[in-house]
Amino acid sequence: MKSLAELQAIKNKMADRVSVRTSSGSTRIVVGMATCGIAAGARPVLNAFVEGISEAGLSSDVIVTQTGCIGICQYEPVVEVFEKDREKTTYVKMTAEKAKEVIEKHIKGGTPVAEYTIGATQL
Amino acid sequence: MIRSHVLVCGGTGCTSSGSKAIREKLAVELKEKGLEEEVKIVQTGCFGLCEHGPIMIIYPEGTFYSRVTPEDVPEIVSEHLLKGRIVERLAYTDTGEEEKKPINEISLSDTAFYKKQHRVALRNCGVINPESIDEYIAMDGYFALNKVLTEMTPDDVINEISKSGLRGRGGGGFPTGRKWSFAKASVSDKKYVVCNADEGDPGAFMDRSVLEGDPHVVLEAMTIAGYAIGADEGWIYVRAEYPIAVNRLKIAIQQAHEYGLLGNDIFGTGFNFDIHIRLGAGAFVCGEETALLTSVEGNRGEPRPRPPFPAVKGLWGQPTIVNNVETWANIPQIIMKGADWFASMGTEGSKGTKVFAVTGKIKNTGLVEIPMGTTLREIIEDIGGGVPNGKKFKAAQTGGPSGGCIPASLIDTPIDYDNLVKMGCMMGSGGLIVMDEDTCMVDMAKFFLEFTVDESCGKCSPCRIGTMRLLEILNKITDGNGEMEDLDKLEELANYIKSASLCALGQTAPNPVLSTLRFFRDEYIAHIVEKRCPAGVCKKLLSYVIDEDKCKGCKLCMKNCPGNAISVNAKNEVKEGKKLPYLVIDTSKCVKCGACIDNCKFGAIFKK
Repeated sequence: MKSLAELQAIKNKMADRVSVRTSSGSTRIVVGMATCGIAAGARPVLNAFVEGISEAGLSSDVIVTQTGCIGICQYEPVVEVFEKDREKTTYVKMTAEKAKEVIEKHIKGGTPVAEYTIGATQL
Repeated sequence: MIRSHVLVCGGTGCTSSGSKAIREKLAVELKEKGLEEEVKIVQTGCFGLCEHGPIMIIYPEGTFYSRVTPEDVPEIVSEHLLKGRIVERLAYTDTGEEEKKPINEISLSDTAFYKKQHRVALRNCGVINPESIDEYIAMDGYFALNKVLTEMTPDDVINEISKSGLRGRGGGGFPTGRKWSFAKASVSDKKYVVCNADEGDPGAFMDRSVLEGDPHVVLEAMTIAGYAIGADEGWIYVRAEYPIAVNRLKIAIQQAHEYGLLGNDIFGTGFNFDIHIRLGAGAFVCGEETALLTSVEGNRGEPRPRPPFPAVKGLWGQPTIVNNVETWANIPQIIMKGADWFASMGTEGSKGTKVFAVTGKIKNTGLVEIPMGTTLREIIEDIGGGVPNGKKFKAAQTGGPSGGCIPASLIDTPIDYDNLVKMGCMMGSGGLIVMDEDTCMVDMAKFFLEFTVDESCGKCSPCRIGTMRLLEILNKITDGNGEMEDLDKLEELANYIKSASLCALGQTAPNPVLSTLRFFRDEYIAHIVEKRCPAGVCKKLLSYVIDEDKCKGCKLCMKNCPGNAISVNAKNEVKEGKKLPYLVIDTSKCVKCGACIDNCKFGAIFKK
């Protein structure tokens, strides 16, 4: 190790790995992972969020986590997004592709993807 | 892609309560459930809440599981990690008296134990894997060293440390910057940097936790000091009784070498520094800096007179600085965040934070770090959760065998170096032993004195003989043979020992006696005049009695008495108009072991 650049390179390489523990969590993406959610395919959705947030370099602010059954099993996989000073957004019938779109438009862009939300779906 | 980290404590406390088995079981379970690619197991240092160990934290949620057993692991994996449902029965959610939050919204910093803490020296403990230099670097590790070597002169470093107001965390409280400037001013072609990790106070484990949880911080800080004073060699003197700490230090030193952060030409600046470990055999006196240096040199650990101070003539006769582990743990952050940041915490004369190992009669035994100036009440009642079993707080001992006690009446005093000295205590290294109403203060003073009598190295007579005589007088008092003039003798002798001893061990050994005499003189008088131990501890002054109204005559006490001192009062004779208890204790046979009290189901036996 001969320079600050080398040290910084190690720090950057490790940043993603420790950010899980140090994230401020001002935004929380919660994936329903009860039996119903898993059966409906929540795991690829969860993985898509974890990878997408990491690739977008948002790991220090956004926590991707899981929860149990929300109670609307027929609309699983369900994903809820909690943000500071904003009502929570509930996405239903999610897929990995939709997850990428949510990261792009909602998490980065700030506008929820209305068509995937529970409000847009006929209950 | 890792989405979740499971942190399992690998400190001494949790290791002894079985955290290794938990990590192994966890690895097996994760594999079985096919989660090994998604979930990472991280072994960390101490989280501080040792009372509730073994401890596990699952991120990103930050769920804090306490008292986890290997049998709980399958449930945690299948419920929490697979399905995202918090295992409520294991979750630690003590947030004090605040309104109850939903369990999945309670983060660690909300709990009463962590809320008032401010972690500087312990910032990486329980967060990073201490055996990974990469994780240390990810938390800005070794950036301070780079900054020092590339942007600062040695004088800049010393000025920054002086300006921060950092004082030694090992006991004496000497300003660290000034110590360094003395060593820098000493002219010599060889100088040394020494880390004092010979933590010997009973009930103290601050340094161990830092070494176990964040060993690289000590290496980085020592290297910075080496640059500041012009040394190229460092020694860590650590107790052999800390095997986990020693092992992690060895790993850390090896990793630092591999990265070129120790050794020659660090960061290409031409600066060389290397660190060696010396194991101590556990003598208390070796925590005293001159005895420590003698021991590092390979000689019998005995102190020598100061001056000359180590900064002038230390290890192998060369200028040396000796700093305590916790002091070192503050250095890199002072360099990175600046002296003003550090000086903004704490009180006028005591800057920064202090780590305390809180033990004794307290709910949350463990490690806490608080800003200087926090009151004892906040430490004990808010962070520590108070005294268990509804007992009343009586006093807290700081500074171990060298310190004194803070009585309940002074519980609201802000804790810093100067206030503690005013109360006749000292900061010491940060052991804080909490005592409740069942503690006899004379007995407590006796306990610490027995320790110093054992640990006195014997080089100077005031300490070797004086502490023994003090102990004899205390024994006389607790045996019920004390006289009032013994109190004057105690004080006189204590002051002689303080002024005449060679090193800090002897100079501070009488402190527990003087401080209890100051705040709890009435207890001494009760022992001497009334031949009574108010707390019911001193055995020779106690007798065990059976309450005639509560005794049901079940004979359980009788069966369990090892001395056959309990017998049936067969006659049920009437004495002074009252029926005697069915069972009686023959005080001449009673050995006062307490087995009868433990076995009585009716609470009918008590000490008088």
